[in-house]
Amino acid sequence: MGVTIEHYLILSAILFVIGAYGVVIRKNLIIVLMSLELMLNSANLAFVAFSKALGDMTGQVFMLMTLTVAAAEVAVGLALVVAIYTHRETLDIDVLKMLKG
Amino acid sequence: MESVFFYIFAAASITGALLVVTHQNPVASVLSLVLTLFSTAVLFVLLLAHFVAAIQILVYAGAIMVLFMFTVMFLNIREESLWFDAQNIRVKLGVLAAILFALGYVASVGLKKGFALKNAATSLPDNFGTVEGVGEVLFRDYLLPFELTSVLIVVAILGVVAIAKKGD
Repeated sequence: MGVTIEHYLILSAILFVIGAYGVVIRKNLIIVLMSLELMLNSANLAFVAFSKALGDMTGQVFMLMTLTVAAAEVAVGLALVVAIYTHRETLDIDVLKMLKG
Repeated sequence: MESVFFYIFAAASITGALLVVTHQNPVASVLSLVLTLFSTAVLFVLLLAHFVAAIQILVYAGAIMVLFMFTVMFLNIREESLWFDAQNIRVKLGVLAAILFALGYVASVGLKKGFALKNAATSLPDNFGTVEGVGEVLFRDYLLPFELTSVLIVVAILGVVAIAKKGD
C-alpha cells in the first residue's frame, strides 16, 4: 500500500491547523508572520499533491504564484515589523492597537 | 520505500511546525520553520515536482528565511516571558474552532456528493514536474498572471522602501 493523495492532504490539513493555532495563540508579531508562512506552505503542499493526482502541472504553477505572493508579503510584513519596533519598542500584538477605532 | 520517506519527512515537518508555534526563542522558531520547509521540499520530490522542490529550497528556505533571521537578529528580541496571548484567548480559539468545524462540515458534505477525483491521472507525461513541463504550462496558459506577479513584486519593493524611509 503506497502513499496516496489523501496522506498528503491530511498532512497539509495538520500543518494548516498548526499554523492557524500559532496565528491565534502567539503574541509576537514575527512568530505570527511565520505561522502565516506555515499556512501558505500547507496550501502549497495541497496544490502539488493535487497536481500529481490529476497529472496536471497547473497546481505547480499555482504553487509558484503562492510563493511569489508569500515573498512579497514577508518583505512588506517585516518592513512593517521593523518600523513598528523602532516606533513602539514592542512587538506584542495586544499592545499594538493603533488601528482600533 | 516511498512510504518510509513520506512518513519520516511528514513527521519532521509536523515536528518543525509544532516547534515554530511553541518554542519561546524566536531564533529556534525560525530554524524550525526551515526544517518544515525543507521537509516539504522533500515531499515535493516524492510528488515528482522536482522544479518546484528546488524553488522551494532556494526561495523559501533560502531567501525568505534569511530575511526572517535577519529581522530577528536585527531587532534583538528577547525570549517572551509569556508566550500565551493572555487576552481573549478562549474567544479567539473558539472562533478558530468554529471556522474549522464549518470548513470540515462543508468538506465532508462535498465529499459525500462525489468529489472523488474523476479524472485522476493513470499515467503522467514524461516532462512532469521538470523545468520544461512547468515552464510550458506557465508561459502558455498562465502568461498574464505570471507577468502580473512582476507588478506585485514592484509594488511590494516600492512599499518596503516607502515604509523604511518613513521610519527615519
